Amino acid sequence: MKYLEEFRDPDVARLYLEQIEAAVTRPWKIMEVCGGQTHAIMQYGIQELIPDMITLLHGPGCPVCVTPLEQIDKAIAIAGQPGVIFASFGDMLRVPGSEKDLFAVKAEGGDVRVVYSPLDAVRLAADNPDREVVFFAIGFETTAPANAMAVKQAAALGLTNFSEIVSHVLVPPALEVILASPENQVQGFLAAGHVCTVMGYHEYEPIAARYSVPIVVTGFEPLDILEGILLAIRQLEEGRHEVENQYRRSVRRTGNEPAQAMIGEVYRVVPRQWRGIGEIPDSGLGLQPAYAAYDAETRFKVDTIRTREPEVCISGEVLQGWKKPPDCPAFGGDCTPETPLGATMVSAEGACAAYYRYQGMPT
Amino acid sequence: MCLAIPGRVVEVYEEAGLPMGRLDYGGVIHQACLAYLPEIKVGDYAIVHAGFAISILNEEEAQKSFEIWAEMISKADEAGIPLTGESQPAIEPSE
Repeated sequence: MKYLEEFRDPDVARLYLEQIEAAVTRPWKIMEVCGGQTHAIMQYGIQELIPDMITLLHGPGCPVCVTPLEQIDKAIAIAGQPGVIFASFGDMLRVPGSEKDLFAVKAEGGDVRVVYSPLDAVRLAADNPDREVVFFAIGFETTAPANAMAVKQAAALGLTNFSEIVSHVLVPPALEVILASPENQVQGFLAAGHVCTVMGYHEYEPIAARYSVPIVVTGFEPLDILEGILLAIRQLEEGRHEVENQYRRSVRRTGNEPAQAMIGEVYRVVPRQWRGIGEIPDSGLGLQPAYAAYDAETRFKVDTIRTREPEVCISGEVLQGWKKPPDCPAFGGDCTPETPLGATMVSAEGACAAYYRYQGMPT
Repeated sequence: MCLAIPGRVVEVYEEAGLPMGRLDYGGVIHQACLAYLPEIKVGDYAIVHAGFAISILNEEEAQKSFEIWAEMISKADEAGIPLTGESQPAIEPSE
C-alpha cells in the first residue's frame, strides 16, 4: 500500500541501525508512549536489533488498557439493561470488568455491537428510535474528534436516544506523572504520532524544557520508530532536550485545528482515573455542561459499583516504565491474553500482551 | 487503538449533513468522515482513524524521506556496505 510499505524497507532499517550504533556511547532509557508503537516494536523485533545500551520502556499509551475498572463495570451494567443497544470499539469487549466482560453480556443476550466509527452508533440510534443507544467513548486525543462528532451529530439530528459513557484520557498529564515520580527512569520519549496529528506538539514543549527530556514525535512503521530512536539518542548524547517531529508526513506543530475546536465544544478537561496508575488531575475528557443530556452515566442509574482488581498485577509499574512484563510472577501463567488479570494484558497494544504474543513465554 | 492508515480519496459526498469520502486503501474502499479536513480533495491521501480523516498526508515530506533514504543507500553502496535487500530482510514482521 502506498505510503506504508516504503516505511518498512529493510535496507534503510539496517542503515538507521548503523547510525544508531554510531551515535550511542552510553546507556539510555527511552519510552515509546503509544501502544501501537509498542506493538510494532515487538512485532518487528526492534528491541533486539538496537544496541543493548538502549532500553525501550513501554508507556501508558493504550487507552483500552488504562480505562478504569469502574467505567468498564458501568458499561457492563448499562449494556445488560433491556432496551439498550450498547455500541463499542471492538477492543473493549474482552476487557475484564470485576465480574465479567462485555462479551459475556452479549452471550447472556445483551445487545452489544461493535462499531468501527462512532457515527455508526449514531446511525443505530436513528434507525432504532424505540431503543437507547449507548456508545463507549474511550480513547486518547486521536479518537476524541470522532467521539465528539458523534454527540454533535446526534444533537444535529435531534436524537434523544443516543448517549455516551465518556472515558477519554489525555497524554501530556500522564507523561508529567511519569517524569515527576522519584522512581522515574525515562530519559527520552517517542511521543504518539497520531495523538500529535490531532493536537500538534506545542503542548509538549514546556514538558521537554521543565524535565530536560527530549521528546520526538514518532510514527508507527519500523523506519519511523528507528528514526525516532536515532533522533532521541542524538539529543541525549548531545545534551539537548527539544521537541522534534519525526512524523512530518502527518504531524504539524499546531495539529488539526478544526478537530481541536470540536473536542473543546463537546468535551471539557476533567480529572480521570487511569487503570494501574490512579487518578491524574486534568487528564481526561468529560462532556461539556451544554451536552450533559448525552451523558449515559446520568441517564442510566447504575448502582454504586464496587471494583475488584487482582493484587498480583504489576501493570501500574509496567505502564510507568519501572518494570518489564516478564518481571511479573503472573505473566504467562495466571495472566495471559485469554485470561488477563490487568491493564497491560487486556488489549493487543498493552505491553504485556505484546510481549506475550511476539516474545512468547518467559524462559 | 490510535492506529490510522493512509488511503487515497476517490470520491467526496455529503451524508446526513456531514462531508464524507470514499477512500482507497490499496484496493479496499472504505468511507470516512472528512469534516476535520475542509481543504481535502479527490486524489489526496488522508490518514484515517475511527472513521474520521485526521490529516492530509504531506506527500512532499514523505518524498523528502524517500530522497534521504535513496542517498543513504547510494552512499552505503559506494562504501561497500552489503545491503540485505529483499532476500535477507534485516527487519520483517513476525507474522
